Amino acid sequence: MTQMTEPDVVTAPGTDPQPVIEMRDISITFGAVRALDEVSLRLFPGEVHALMGENGAGKSTLIKALTGVYTIDEGTVLVEGESHEFHSPAASQAAGISTVYQEVNLVPNLTVAENMLLGREPRRFGAISVREMNRRARRTLLHLGVDIDPRSVLDEHPIAVQQLVAIARAVDVEAKVLILDEPTSSLDADEVEKLFTVMRRLRDEGVAIVFVSHFLDQIYEIADRMTILRNGRLVEERMVAETTQLELVRLMIGRELETLERLDREAPNTEAESGTPVLKAVGLGRKNTLEATDLELFEGEVVGIAGLLGSGRTELARLLFGADHADTGELTVRSEKRRLRSPRHAIDRRIAFSSEDRKAEGVVQDLTVADNMLLALQASRGWLRPIPQATRTKLVTEYIKALDIRPADPTALMRNLSGGNQQKVLLARWLITQPDILILDEPTRGIDIGAKAQIQAKVAELAAQGMSVVFISAELEEVLRLSDRLVVMRDRRKIDERRNDDVSVRDVLEIIAGEAHPEGDPHA
Amino acid sequence: MPESPTLVVRVLRHPLMWPVLALGVLLVINVGVKPSFLDVRMQDGHLYGNVVDIMRNSAPVMLVALGMTLVIATRGIDLSVGAIAAIAAAVACTRIIGAGDEAALSTAVMAMTYAVVVCIALGAWNGLLVSVLGIQPIIATLILMVAGRGISMAITDGQITTVNNPWFSDLASGFVLTLPLAFLVAIGVLAFTAVLTRRTALGMLIESVGINPEASRLAGVRSRTIIWTVYAFSGFCAGLAGLVIAANTNSVNANSLGLWIELDAILAVVIGGTSLAGGRFSLMGTFIGALFIATLTRTIPNIGIPSDLNYLFKAVVVIAVCLLQSPKARAVLRAGRPSSPRPVPAKAGSPA
Repeated sequence: MTQMTEPDVVTAPGTDPQPVIEMRDISITFGAVRALDEVSLRLFPGEVHALMGENGAGKSTLIKALTGVYTIDEGTVLVEGESHEFHSPAASQAAGISTVYQEVNLVPNLTVAENMLLGREPRRFGAISVREMNRRARRTLLHLGVDIDPRSVLDEHPIAVQQLVAIARAVDVEAKVLILDEPTSSLDADEVEKLFTVMRRLRDEGVAIVFVSHFLDQIYEIADRMTILRNGRLVEERMVAETTQLELVRLMIGRELETLERLDREAPNTEAESGTPVLKAVGLGRKNTLEATDLELFEGEVVGIAGLLGSGRTELARLLFGADHADTGELTVRSEKRRLRSPRHAIDRRIAFSSEDRKAEGVVQDLTVADNMLLALQASRGWLRPIPQATRTKLVTEYIKALDIRPADPTALMRNLSGGNQQKVLLARWLITQPDILILDEPTRGIDIGAKAQIQAKVAELAAQGMSVVFISAELEEVLRLSDRLVVMRDRRKIDERRNDDVSVRDVLEIIAGEAHPEGDPHA
Repeated sequence: MPESPTLVVRVLRHPLMWPVLALGVLLVINVGVKPSFLDVRMQDGHLYGNVVDIMRNSAPVMLVALGMTLVIATRGIDLSVGAIAAIAAAVACTRIIGAGDEAALSTAVMAMTYAVVVCIALGAWNGLLVSVLGIQPIIATLILMVAGRGISMAITDGQITTVNNPWFSDLASGFVLTLPLAFLVAIGVLAFTAVLTRRTALGMLIESVGINPEASRLAGVRSRTIIWTVYAFSGFCAGLAGLVIAANTNSVNANSLGLWIELDAILAVVIGGTSLAGGRFSLMGTFIGALFIATLTRTIPNIGIPSDLNYLFKAVVVIAVCLLQSPKARAVLRAGRPSSPRPVPAKAGSPA
């Protein structure tokens, strides 16, 4: 290990830094596709190791090779210097490798404690000891700083808390290696901080942590070392402290960076705020969900909604679309007062809404890309009027090309697409309905920089053509880059609204923090 | 996997491959035991033989299974089909008896139309419970499964009702163009269902609702209407099946008519390759599945299995077919091939 300079936090001086895991020249082939091509990865005890790369770079494949989900075609895996072969996730777990996947992978209708100890329940006289189970679960949760009742049913908690439970479950096994595959994609800043605290503690206890995240700032905050992949190949292993963000992005992607820079917008579109609003909400609210909120949306305008998770940003979007029923308030769509009773009503009034939960509320996994794209249009035509074959082909080909969807195969099953491409298909689904109002809730969550830039560019282009857009994202930079007007939400209500004239991320954070409750986030 | 598959591979991967193979094997066994099994002869302008019997006998299960396929595709299940069949038979038979001219064609047509309309209404009742009131399908249809028998008992006053109408009995024993009318009716409903689902967007929307109900709702799919429609359609199919069964004996026994037919129908759907988890469905698969079950019933006496082992034999065969269709079991059978990546997501908590 002489070719690397080890920072103090990574290994104590004088100890022999033998990697706890070393993967050497791993190759995996799916059919004709070489998903991994001689990729190597070293994990040292007591480090946070970031695995970097775009979607499709091979990060997930590498992780699944390590956790025994995929069988390795070539190459070796050394665990503390000894060669191992993992033929199943169980074998990998037995070797001390624990994983938390991006999508929460727990049982929604069991309790928190049952989820955490599933498969290794404490027993007493042969029967499961519920008391002991709850006690252990509570202890682990408190260790993580998560104050929830272990006896509560998992499903009652927001995704962010479920994610923390998944992490608590992994931590509970006392793993040597902890793999966190995008654990932060649904957490707000507060919860990310909590997670980082725990990660640092585990690292100091000697655990090797593999961390996958699309948030570069988080990488720089928490990671010690990183391995960069591109197109299934190893680009480089680097110390984080010795690599600038710009260098890193260049290593990961290269040219798409220009698209992002080009997008850094001209002046906000100010003429937009005149005439009658396309959409106007007065006192729109729902019990326990959103306090009465006013909102106006003008033609060709992008309104960005900023706020932490649970601030009411998603809830507002859902009320605007009729996905949930509003208890109070009035919604005017093009000067026509409307109570939106269902998504159908909204769609008939040319409103489109892409949910934050791509997996549960967006994609139809076992249908083809073409069917997924045409679903909303077909639904509004009714089942008796199928879309003619020629129109289908034309629309699908057009949008696959316009949004650069890969694979460019309309008959591919949706489940075989990467997250970024699924998101583009969902965007296409709504654009095909030719909406006047497009509500996008976290359209770029968990997808790579390339796809992100393409989606952002498309949103800007649509607004320039006169579409009104409500854009919600946890990434403030993204919201600021795209919006003409900015709405800031907190604690289930709107706390600020302003034109986006050189508003900075710091400004927004200050607005959000301005009247912060001492308890912080309500469901933590 | 973007390798260009050869013809053999494409055939092997075809979803209908296993149901067709199972049916083929069953026929081969029968011919092996009794070489004349497949013989068909012409008599009085009609075809006769085991194959023709299988066609005719498969009709009730096939009818029920077609409706069941669509219900299952929406993640539902319809346990009430047997009871609905009994109600259809009871309604038709009491109507025929109560008519002025018991043997007239118009009597038969009126009685059958009336029975089918009643069954569509009963199916709609199931649909109401499932789609509007949000009751789980297995419970919602269990209600009518139990109550339906009572209703048909009430209609027939608990008596075995016998009718005498040649037009009605033709539904089971008649021949058109040398083929059994019952089978042709089932084929007609198959064709109708295929057109209904695949020539319109109904099939795609049913699958979408079955795979991801919430995503479908947010995309504006009227899933309530769709679920309602498939249960009503299932009622319609069950009603037709009940008429065919009653016509076969010219009578209705409210206690036993169509008893357990829901299980045969579900089996036919599963053998045909439609998953009970909902989503993609195959009408051709169901068609072959129903033929398989009818052939199996015919096989038992043909190869000389004692009638008291009837159910046991049937169960063994069904297990074999289900194993053949399970990708996991097939992988075990094919063991020895070089390992390929298994795209099975690891559960966070797969116990060691």
